[in-house]
Amino acid sequence: MDENSLKQASESGVVEPALNPLGTPTEAVAEPDPDTISLGPEMAIAEGDVRSAEQTQFVQGTSLWKDAWRRLLKNKLALFGLIVVVLVTLASIFGPTLIKMTWGFTPDYVPTDKPALVKSFPPFTGPDGKFSWTHPMGTDNLGRDQLARVLQGGQISLFVGIISTLVSLLIGVSYGAIAGYLGGRIDSLMMRLVDVLYSLPYVILVIVLLSMFRSQTPRGQLTLLFVAIGSVSWLTMARIVRGQVLSLKNQEFVLAARATGVTAPRIIFRHLVPNTLGPVVVYATLTIPQIMLTEAFLSFLGFGVQPPLASWGSLAADGVQNIAIFPWQLIFPGVTMALTLFSLNFLGDGLRDALDPQMRRV
Amino acid sequence: MIRFIIKRLLVTIPTILVVISITWGLIKLAPGNFYSGEKRLPPTIEQNIRAKYGLDKPWYQQYGKMLWQIVGHLDFGTSLKYEGQSVNSIIARSLPVSAAVGLLAYLLALVVGITAGSIAALKQNSKWDYASMTLAMLGISLPNFVLGPILVLVFSLTLYWLPPSRWDGFFSRNIILPVVTLSAIYIAYIARLTRAGMLEVLRSDYIRTARAKGLSEKDVVIKHALRGGLMPVVSYTGPALAFLLTGTVVVEKIFALPGLGNYFIQASLNRDEPLIIGIVAFIAITLLLMNLLVDIAYAFLDPRVRY
Repeated sequence: MDENSLKQASESGVVEPALNPLGTPTEAVAEPDPDTISLGPEMAIAEGDVRSAEQTQFVQGTSLWKDAWRRLLKNKLALFGLIVVVLVTLASIFGPTLIKMTWGFTPDYVPTDKPALVKSFPPFTGPDGKFSWTHPMGTDNLGRDQLARVLQGGQISLFVGIISTLVSLLIGVSYGAIAGYLGGRIDSLMMRLVDVLYSLPYVILVIVLLSMFRSQTPRGQLTLLFVAIGSVSWLTMARIVRGQVLSLKNQEFVLAARATGVTAPRIIFRHLVPNTLGPVVVYATLTIPQIMLTEAFLSFLGFGVQPPLASWGSLAADGVQNIAIFPWQLIFPGVTMALTLFSLNFLGDGLRDALDPQMRRV
Repeated sequence: MIRFIIKRLLVTIPTILVVISITWGLIKLAPGNFYSGEKRLPPTIEQNIRAKYGLDKPWYQQYGKMLWQIVGHLDFGTSLKYEGQSVNSIIARSLPVSAAVGLLAYLLALVVGITAGSIAALKQNSKWDYASMTLAMLGISLPNFVLGPILVLVFSLTLYWLPPSRWDGFFSRNIILPVVTLSAIYIAYIARLTRAGMLEVLRSDYIRTARAKGLSEKDVVIKHALRGGLMPVVSYTGPALAFLLTGTVVVEKIFALPGLGNYFIQASLNRDEPLIIGIVAFIAITLLLMNLLVDIAYAFLDPRVRY
């Protein structure tokens, strides 16, 4: 992994047009149109200018994002992460429907035809104890299909991860950008508040919040979960964005914007924030697995997602109850979750290497 | 240095008050109350309960009384569910369990993590490097509530080597599985931090000087590189303590240990208000003081740091 990223780091300085693998239009720029430069001898210098201008334009032609994408594809672990994340997401979204179409049961379908004493069967086993394709991950205590439940749990887990990350993104980016742009006393006051919040045992406070305001409806509890997790996980994002804005705000384009009378909010959100996008994307990718882990932790303890909704954390909590007899009830949700987090972490690391080679390794 | 410590302590005290106030506010703002369950109580009984716990007074009096009890007398009151037990005695009883598991886990993580991270850095891009870094990523991604039960399944229920749960004193085999479960994620983080720190230090000038003057590789690594390379690990101690506190919550639940985390979960589920406030305040105080200690240690270890 590191050999790769080192190589990439050294490459990132100069982008050679000839090596561009993405096939940005080469012919159009390489041969300047003869019509445009036949304007007389005094334009000879201008001709050179046109060329060099066009050449610089060509070098800039591989944008930051295209360049990063190319580097990301070279990083095998990150590519593996990306593929797994995409597969798990697709399976979570469409899986339950596909299962319903194939075998005709939903994740919460409890078989009623045969009242058996034990309803939890190992993977690939039917109620008769023989091999069967119907339940590849076995069934749970009530006889519900484990695969369908894991996929449905994935929907909730990914959903919580993404929405809470967006909440923290919204708060963190605005807060950091405002603090960084305004500077001075307001900045130090705002960042002192972040320092104080940083030193709080926030997961403990989230547990207090979730248990005290325990909602009667599963949907209400889910909303509470977004708010609770999102509102405590924006601190690092705020610090990153503030740092970026501090280094950007004295550059010419901000001065130009200010000179033309652009208002402060517009400068912050139209000129400064888009320029901080690289580190923000990287950190957001790394925040998703953290938040999913927090959600799973809270659900495992019984403070998060409430039945009938299930997430990987609450499925694992159910599984732990029966670990001695029905280990697959824990192992499948647990391993699916670990694999997803593993992939998201590698993807985030890869994105960091790709978007900002200098920010590598923490 | 003294000025720095005093300044930090002055920030710490209001922070603790803020934590206590937030917790108290959350409890008071939440709908419902601790004394009535599904059934409604007869009004006279309800009135008596409210009078007994001072709930009939205006909120600022309740708040002031609570704060004065804690700040003035260091007394968190009496638990509502564990009849007749003071919150202080519950904390005093459960703290050693959590502290033993947490500190042993952190020690294990330091030893294993620093060793693995140093080897990975010294043999960068070797098989060892890739293996330990992939394992580290696995450690970060595998939640401890999955790892713990799997360890129980393997070592207790299949191999019958170790007891699956319960607390049996500090020097029993019961402590092994909780400590290993809790330490996994810190091993991973510390290995990654050590590797990153060591890689940076190994390229620096003073290491080249140390090598150039003919020191053995062992001396270069142990006396020079490790000291600089471990700075990120030292500064990770603060966040690690915070994670450790939340980690023990899960581990204590899985292994049924009578620690602070387990009591906290029970208190939250039971709405045992004094116990919740007591444990939250205690955790916040511990965390902030530990952070302060880490910052002081940092200044001693790294002569470039000045406060």
